[in-house]
Amino acid sequence: MTDYKPNEMMTVAAARALKNDDVCFVGIGQPSAACNLARLTHAPDITLIYESGTLATRPNILPLSIGDGELCETALTTVSVPEMFRYWLQGGRIKVGFLGGAQIDRYANLNTTVVGPYDKPKVRLPGGGGAPEIATSCGEIFIIMTQGKRGFVDKLDFVTSIGHVSGGDSRARLGVKTKGPTKLITDLALFEPDPETKEMTVVSIHPGVTREQIQDNSGWTIKFASKVAETPPPTKHELEVLRDLHARTHRAHAEAA
Amino acid sequence: MARISSLAEAIRSAVRDGDTVALEGFTHLIPHAAGHEILRQGRKGLTLIRMTPDLVYDQLIGMGCVSKLVFSWGGNPGVGSLHRLRDAIENGWPQKLELEEHSHAAMANAFEAGAAGLPCAIFRGYIGGDLPKVNSNIKRVTCPFTGEELAAVPAHRPDVAVIHAQRADKAGNVMIEGVLGVQKEAVLASKRSVVTVEEIVDQLPERSLNAVVLPHWTVGHVVEVPGGAYPSYAQGYYPRNNNFYKEWDAISRERESFLAWMKENVLAKGPEAFARYARKHRMAAE
Repeated sequence: MTDYKPNEMMTVAAARALKNDDVCFVGIGQPSAACNLARLTHAPDITLIYESGTLATRPNILPLSIGDGELCETALTTVSVPEMFRYWLQGGRIKVGFLGGAQIDRYANLNTTVVGPYDKPKVRLPGGGGAPEIATSCGEIFIIMTQGKRGFVDKLDFVTSIGHVSGGDSRARLGVKTKGPTKLITDLALFEPDPETKEMTVVSIHPGVTREQIQDNSGWTIKFASKVAETPPPTKHELEVLRDLHARTHRAHAEAA
Repeated sequence: MARISSLAEAIRSAVRDGDTVALEGFTHLIPHAAGHEILRQGRKGLTLIRMTPDLVYDQLIGMGCVSKLVFSWGGNPGVGSLHRLRDAIENGWPQKLELEEHSHAAMANAFEAGAAGLPCAIFRGYIGGDLPKVNSNIKRVTCPFTGEELAAVPAHRPDVAVIHAQRADKAGNVMIEGVLGVQKEAVLASKRSVVTVEEIVDQLPERSLNAVVLPHWTVGHVVEVPGGAYPSYAQGYYPRNNNFYKEWDAISRERESFLAWMKENVLAKGPEAFARYARKHRMAAE
């Protein structure tokens, strides 16, 4: 298939990172699309958990918000929000946390709080929500973000949730035992942390994308792994399922009006 | 002891100028009608607590009722910014807004600690990030048994909790179903409470043995306001109006369009205006 958008490649590549036996804490927006695409294709038994308390949910359409009725109606059970954060997240029951962000740095630390100084922000963003503890309590973290110079920055204006902090063993030195970001999926490439430095490094480039493009859309000098693969393009089936999901979602949101 | 009353009476008696108020709801059951009544009664200098401030907090902030916000995620979910919240933070309009910013885990733990009668909440969190640098209420404590360093935040003890639920019976026992958020904890952590419900029934319906019920002696005012969570939703009654959340982006973007909308749709109306949203969906279902 060649007839697809970079955004679709990103969602498909992100979905492929998930396995059938994963237990995944899902952020709203792009993470939610990727997680549900995985569930509707190669990972039908994946456990999806949203911070509104819905455990093992199977929504037919993508929720606009993290607590839509669709999530509750299709869940195995729904717990209170304190229980969600205490027993399930802090208790270490969640294998993969799937996050997005407004700004990311080379060590996959994320900012969703402010652009500019905290006390006099240029842009006030929504804030951390669940991210500060998702980032440290889940077994590992996948991040999905569209690449661009505004989002991929040399230095974050604010560290909302940590990735590999300042690289090397700096995360572990803070007493954090979980792996942190193991995959960063963008519309251009797939990054994984370098085993030593922990800097996010390109391991696979999406079809038709150049190294220059990846560099031009980043605020730091990008590292490429010694062996860089080409991401397999979306299959016909993956694209059909993803487009159906989006079409169903648009119809449902329009009908509710 | 629950007192069944009108919304105007409930807000007049429970919410005072300068109070700390938690109007809670996690996407679901957001007490819009009660928020509008607070606005109409012109409360000032409120400290608002909420994990996920959304449209009704945007409205209270934009109308100048709020001097401080304690929160963990302030956006229009799936749509973008809360423009009135941003205008208050970025430009101090209509007045300066003090922030106490947390993570969801901290807020949920703080409500639970409040309900449990504890002075603070302890949890594993806030490791490595910048929030502790801008919020002096985030501290570290050492576990006396293991030596592990943990995060501590003060318990939430609001003056008033305001929530919406599906049903109450005539004695004022309140039953909540679906996405529960932190509403039970918010009511039990607060000195006073106002609970609006879709309907007051003779007897609560047949339910799970473990249904979430706030006994009448734990709630203050109970008010029947059909449609009172609109444009949020009430599981089993009406769905979330996702399109209105999208429309709010345009309504709230400019001060003038926001003020005009508020005047026409909130200040000039009463709680009965919400009933048509509940009715519309019931009729559609019949």
